[in-house]
Amino acid sequence: MAKRPQPRFPEANTEHFWEGAQQGELRYQTCDDCREVVFYPREHCPQCGSGNLSWNVSSGEGTVYTFSVVRQNRMPGFIDLGAYSVAYVDLDEGFRMMSSVVGVDDPTKDIAIGQRVKVEFEDQEEGDYPIPVFRPI
Amino acid sequence: MAQERKAAIVGIHEYPLRVAPGVSATNVKVDSIRAAIADAGLKWGDIDAIYDAQDGEIGGGLQLAAYLGLRPTVLDTTQVGGSSYEFQAAHAMRDIAAGKCNVAVLSYGSTSASNRVAIGTGGGRGVGGPPTWQGNMESPYGATLIANYAMVKQRHMHEYGTTDEQFAGISVATRHHAMRNPEAVKAMTDLEFVGVNEITPADVLDSRIVADPLHLLECCMISDGGGAVVIASADVARNCKKPPVWLIGGGEATKYRENGGDITTSAGAQSGPIAFGEAGVSPDEIDIAMIYDSFTITVAVCLEDLGFCKKGEIGDYVADARLAFDSGEGPALNTDGGGLSSNHPGMRGIFLLLEGARQLRGESTSQVPEAKLAVAHGNGGLLGGTHTGGTVILAKD
Repeated sequence: MAKRPQPRFPEANTEHFWEGAQQGELRYQTCDDCREVVFYPREHCPQCGSGNLSWNVSSGEGTVYTFSVVRQNRMPGFIDLGAYSVAYVDLDEGFRMMSSVVGVDDPTKDIAIGQRVKVEFEDQEEGDYPIPVFRPI
Repeated sequence: MAQERKAAIVGIHEYPLRVAPGVSATNVKVDSIRAAIADAGLKWGDIDAIYDAQDGEIGGGLQLAAYLGLRPTVLDTTQVGGSSYEFQAAHAMRDIAAGKCNVAVLSYGSTSASNRVAIGTGGGRGVGGPPTWQGNMESPYGATLIANYAMVKQRHMHEYGTTDEQFAGISVATRHHAMRNPEAVKAMTDLEFVGVNEITPADVLDSRIVADPLHLLECCMISDGGGAVVIASADVARNCKKPPVWLIGGGEATKYRENGGDITTSAGAQSGPIAFGEAGVSPDEIDIAMIYDSFTITVAVCLEDLGFCKKGEIGDYVADARLAFDSGEGPALNTDGGGLSSNHPGMRGIFLLLEGARQLRGESTSQVPEAKLAVAHGNGGLLGGTHTGGTVILAKD
C-alpha cells in the first residue's frame, strides 16, 4: 500500500477538498460572481477577488498536460517506490492539478501527453486521507 | 525611454571554492563583501545599503547589518529564490537613482555541498513546516524539484518538437566555457564529476535520467560558494578602481501554475520586456547572455521569453554551437561555465551579475572581444510551478 505524505491541518483553503477525497469526490470551486474556475482551492477568486465561491464535484476525467517520471527521490515514502510519475492533469471542467498517473506497466513508456485519464482515490498505509491519482481510461 | 546611467557595478568577488568544508555561509558572505569592496577601491564604511536574501546562518538583513557593523539607510531583504540577486540589483539601481543610498552591497554564501543538501531530489515539496495551501495539494505526489523542471521540458518537446540533442547543446556550450575557467575545473574536480573535460551531445544523452526527460548532464551541480557585488551611484563609480559596469534596465515578474496556462512560458516573458524597454536595447544587441542554468530547459525557455528567438524555436536557435563564446554569432551563454559546470550552491543569481560584469570589464576566462552589453536573467523557485524571473541589463562604460 502507498505511503504518500498526507495533507496536514489546520489549513482552511484545502480542508473541504480533502473531506471530498474521503468521500470519493474530486472537488473544485467556481466563483459566484465572475464564473471563474478556481483551483487550487482558496478563499477568494484569483480572477476578480470575490469571496463568494461555490464547491462543485468534478467528473474526475481529464487529459495529461505534462508529466515526468521520477527516478531519484531521497524522501521517505518515495525512496522505495522505483520510478513513479508526477503529472499535471487538465480536468474536463477546466482546472489543472498536480497528481500521479498510476496503473501502467512501465511509467517511463506508458504515459503520454494528451492521454485521457480518470481519477481514483488511493488508500494510504497511514493517515485518514486517500490521495487522488489518475489512471488511463 | 532614454537610457540612464545612474548606477553601476563597481566591485565584484566570486568565492573561489565550491567545496569549502569548515567554512560557514556567513564566512563566505563576509569574505566576499570585503573582497568586492577592495575590488572597487572603496572602504568598509562607504557601504550605506544592504541587500540580503536571508541566506546563511546569520538570520537575515538586520542581523547581517549588525554583524557587519554597518548602519545602512536602505535594507532590502528580497528573497525570491535564485533570482533574488537580479531583483536586488534592480532595486539597488532604483534606490540609488532615487538618492536613497550610494554604495549598495549584495552578498551570498552557501555550504550546500558540504551539508549534502539534496536540492533537486529531496522533494515532495512542502513537507515539513506548517501546513500550507500549496503543500497540501502537491506534497502527496513526490514531485522533486528536478521533476518540476522536467515537466516543462516534456511539454516543450511535445509542443515544439525540440529534441534531446538540441537541449544537450546548452550543456555542451557551458562545459566548453567551464574548461577554460580554472575555478570551474577545480569545482568539477572537487565535486568528483565523472570526466572533467569537454562533452558532446552524445555524452549528455548517455548520462542517466534523473527525472524524465532530464539527464544528469542537463542538471546543475550542488556546490558550496557565494560572492558579493557592490553597486554604486554614478558619482562614486567614476572614482572607483575598475571601470563601471552600468545597470541600464531591470524587470521582475512572478508566474505560477494556472488553469489552462502555458508551462513553457516563464516569468521572463514579463520581466524581459520591462528590462529591455528601460535599457532601450533589444536582445539582438546582447553580447553576453547570463541565463540561470539550473537545467537546460531553464535556459531554453528563458532565452525564448527574453526574445532571443520565438517561443518554440530554441532548438534551431542553439544549433551549430551558437552559444559558445567563440562561435562568432552570439550571444555567448554563461561564459563562466554556468551552474551546470562551474557554480551552483542553490541561488545562482549573483554569479550571473558577476560574470556579466567580468565580461564587460574584459576579465572573463572566455572573453568575448568587444563585449558591450550583457543580460543577467535569474529564475527563482520552480520553473513549472511558482517562480520568479528577474532581468537586469548591463552595459560597458
